[in-house]
Amino acid sequence: MKHTAQTALGAIAAFCAVGISVPASAAWEPVRPVEFIIPAGTGGGADQMARTIQGIVTKHNLMKQPMVVINKSGGAGGEGFLDLKGSSGNPHKIIITLSNLFTTPLATGIPFNWKDLTPVAMLALDEFVLWVNADKPYKTVKDYVDAVKAAPAGSIKMGGTGSKQEDQIITVAVEKATGSKFTYIPYKGGGEVAVQLVGNHVDSTVNNPIEAVAQWRGGKLRPLCVFDAQPMAYDEQIADGKSWKDIPTCKSQGLDMEYLMLRGIFMSPKATKDQVEYYIELFKKVRATPEWQDFMKSGAFNTTFMTGADYAKWVEVEEKRHEVLMKDAGFLAPPGN
Amino acid sequence: MEELVNLFHGFAVALQPFNIMVMIVGIVLGVVIGVLPGLGGANGVAILLPLTFSMPPTSAIIMLSCIYWGALFGGAITSILFNIPGEPWSVATTFDGYPMAQQGKAGEALTAAFTSSFVGALFAVIMITLVAPLVASFALQFGPAEKFAVYFLAFCSFVGLSKEPPFKTIAAMMIGFALAAVGLDSITGQLRLTFGFTELLNGFDFLIAVIGLFGIGEILLTMEEGLSFRGGNAKINLRVVLQTWKELPAYWVTSMRSCVIGCWMGITPAGATPASFMSYGIAKRVSKHGANFGKGEIEGVVAPETAAHAAGTAALLPMLSLGVPGSPTAAVLLGGLLIWGLQPGPMLFVEQKEFVWGLIASMYLGNIVGLLVVLTCVPVFAAILRVPFSIIAPLILVLCAIGAYSVHSSTFDVMLMLVFGVIGYLLKKCNYPLAPLVLAIVLGDKAEEAFRQSLLGSQGSLGIFFSNTLVSTIMILGLIALFWSVIQQGYTRLRGAVA
Amino acid sequence: MTTGSSSKPGPTHKLVEAGITLLIALFGVIVIIGSVKAGINWGAEGPRAGFFPFYIGIFIVVSSAINLWNGLREDNDELFAEWGQLRQVMSVVVPTAIYVGAMPFTGLYVASIIFIGWFMRWLGKYRWVTVLAVALGMPIVTYFIFERWFLVPLPKGPVEEWLGL
Repeated sequence: MKHTAQTALGAIAAFCAVGISVPASAAWEPVRPVEFIIPAGTGGGADQMARTIQGIVTKHNLMKQPMVVINKSGGAGGEGFLDLKGSSGNPHKIIITLSNLFTTPLATGIPFNWKDLTPVAMLALDEFVLWVNADKPYKTVKDYVDAVKAAPAGSIKMGGTGSKQEDQIITVAVEKATGSKFTYIPYKGGGEVAVQLVGNHVDSTVNNPIEAVAQWRGGKLRPLCVFDAQPMAYDEQIADGKSWKDIPTCKSQGLDMEYLMLRGIFMSPKATKDQVEYYIELFKKVRATPEWQDFMKSGAFNTTFMTGADYAKWVEVEEKRHEVLMKDAGFLAPPGN
Repeated sequence: MEELVNLFHGFAVALQPFNIMVMIVGIVLGVVIGVLPGLGGANGVAILLPLTFSMPPTSAIIMLSCIYWGALFGGAITSILFNIPGEPWSVATTFDGYPMAQQGKAGEALTAAFTSSFVGALFAVIMITLVAPLVASFALQFGPAEKFAVYFLAFCSFVGLSKEPPFKTIAAMMIGFALAAVGLDSITGQLRLTFGFTELLNGFDFLIAVIGLFGIGEILLTMEEGLSFRGGNAKINLRVVLQTWKELPAYWVTSMRSCVIGCWMGITPAGATPASFMSYGIAKRVSKHGANFGKGEIEGVVAPETAAHAAGTAALLPMLSLGVPGSPTAAVLLGGLLIWGLQPGPMLFVEQKEFVWGLIASMYLGNIVGLLVVLTCVPVFAAILRVPFSIIAPLILVLCAIGAYSVHSSTFDVMLMLVFGVIGYLLKKCNYPLAPLVLAIVLGDKAEEAFRQSLLGSQGSLGIFFSNTLVSTIMILGLIALFWSVIQQGYTRLRGAVA
Repeated sequence: MTTGSSSKPGPTHKLVEAGITLLIALFGVIVIIGSVKAGINWGAEGPRAGFFPFYIGIFIVVSSAINLWNGLREDNDELFAEWGQLRQVMSVVVPTAIYVGAMPFTGLYVASIIFIGWFMRWLGKYRWVTVLAVALGMPIVTYFIFERWFLVPLPKGPVEEWLGL
């Protein structure tokens, strides 16, 4: 901290430095600035993660060329995916994905599939938690499910981010598990959803931890369960003497649904093995930094890391699952649109 | 009282030499970002965010928020000089600011704009200092129905103003709504009006429309009238600042009204752009000089600028205390807070006192620094108008192209900008008002979204827009604003009958 | 101004305005078609995607019809603009269109240099020295501000590729 001014100036200098790349070995390295595409708007979860990565890469000098972050959020991220699909053979373009990798093509019918891109690595998985307003009487999943069942169909309002995307898929799954009907209200961003719940404009949400943690700590919201196979790993106290680890899984509470959102990296089509390797190494270095670990902790992320065939297989299984979930929910794009 | 003690601590933090340096750098960068069309506050802050990672969080947020103030100040410059709004919230500033510049009063217009911005921001910061918790709980009452009511009010207080034929106004407005509807429908997650063109996935961005309609359109009109920018005789010395300052206190009522409108719109959070339009609309209706609005009335610069800056500042409050951003830029700042390990929300004011009050203190100081920086530059800006048209015009066109490109990194948008430019020229020649069109693009999809969210919640019943005191009051205010001229006529007639 | 119909120095206002009104109406029709595709009825969960745009389209068509009627009824012989003025306008529109159209292929910088140079030389009649200074200076400054400071990549073409920028 004592050399703040110098470090800041150093960072600025590093930022402005014209990277002249002299490959040390035969391995591939970027020779131009790398464009890091975010298929979502500024300020969202993917955006935060991408800009954290950009900051880490810059601060620790992990890349000789600058990393440039670009938001391409049009058409629920379709714009970003199509841009990458069209940059075949350009190794200076990578993209961070969320569930819209699957949901956007299915719901809008745009001509894109994840197989058009080259998978690089899974960085983390984002958890989903069922939240209610702290003033509400439901303390457990059972209280909540009983209340949902007792209420007339459609009178319980579930808030979420986006339409026909992860939040609504989970909502439909909860509907199925409880045999009830919610009214799903889509909002633009996760933070807004959490605040709508605090203001009692909706009855429950399935926010990611990072979106709602502030309101939990402020005593405004209460987590009921997490949509994962096992409880989250973080045992630091957050609010009312509880930690993320103390939140039970939904399955253990009789709400049979698991859902994790991919935070992974893909690159443009036709990338060579060397190029993919380069980015895998880069992200391994990113994951080893303390800043990344702090970021994981603040968002209670599931830190599973995968590359290569494992990753591709995981994505393939998830794609099948999304197809089934979305078909059941009636979210597929009408043909010929 | 405790707040004041905290604030003094905050000043101590903000006045550290490193933080003051950071503040000045931030303001200058912000002004540059605000001046360059397309590279708006949100983009600018997002781009520079990683640069601040190696600073302590307080310095970092001071720098980023100063970029934000700088962008708010900077947006007015190109609006006044070239009729090109650098930021969406400066569109309303062009209505009177550009005519003033054409009359050789660019210096006056810039001074009025900067000073009003400062007054608006100061008012909002004082409000944040004193009543932050109270205001935060007010913001919580805003569900979709209330938000729709606010958009409705913003719209109603602006329309019905133009001198153009009513059906042309309606046509222009509807074109704006239609353009806003293109792309992904956020409620059903379905694409609409894209006809299979992937370029249209993004819809028509407001900035591209505005750069084209106003900026390029204006250049074409200037070409038609011969190769010169009017307004080259603008005074270019600092005395113009003092002269304008003598005039400004006369508009204190407009100022105060705009401050209140701005703060309210910033908190709810509807944002700075609707605030500026609404403030302009109301000022035009109630001002003595209302008839002169649009012809270069200084009050027409004061009203939107004050409101925009008040809203921009007030928008940071819900971000800090609730974690919900009041504007796109606030959304990026929010991301920054999370990256530095600061959790915005109800506990931030309790747990991170040094940070919060350091930030609030920097809002005071940052705005003072900003005002000084931009005011000293007024003569420089005004002198730009003396550059011959055939040099400045291609430069403006290139800058517009860069701006249009950088909004979504798409060359298609640049072509779109030119198309909008030609449309703007033709529509203006044919007496179609452009302001309602632009307002409809800004508010159209937001209003539709809030409307449909409300209906989802009420299961299709329109009663939700009159279901509680808050929402009914705003809706009724909106209706009054819509039928203002009718009401006014009725009132005069009534008085005539009595007398 | 002039009474003779053959030797008018420019198109009449009436004619241009009628044309524009028709174009607006056409736009309205496109909006209506698109909305119908997206679904215009009022579903169980409120209005569907095309509901609002559909009525907006109708409004556009109806108001255009009224505007057309009003415009044609008016007894107005005014000129829209003189041919000379329109030529001036086109002398900006056409090169700008070429500039914008070339950008995806040549990149922004090369196109800008040529565009600024052409504008200053042809319309401004400046000396080559001035022309070159501005035409080269502006893109270079732009390069440093956008690409280096703000890390905003602008479109690039073969020349930039060759220079390794």
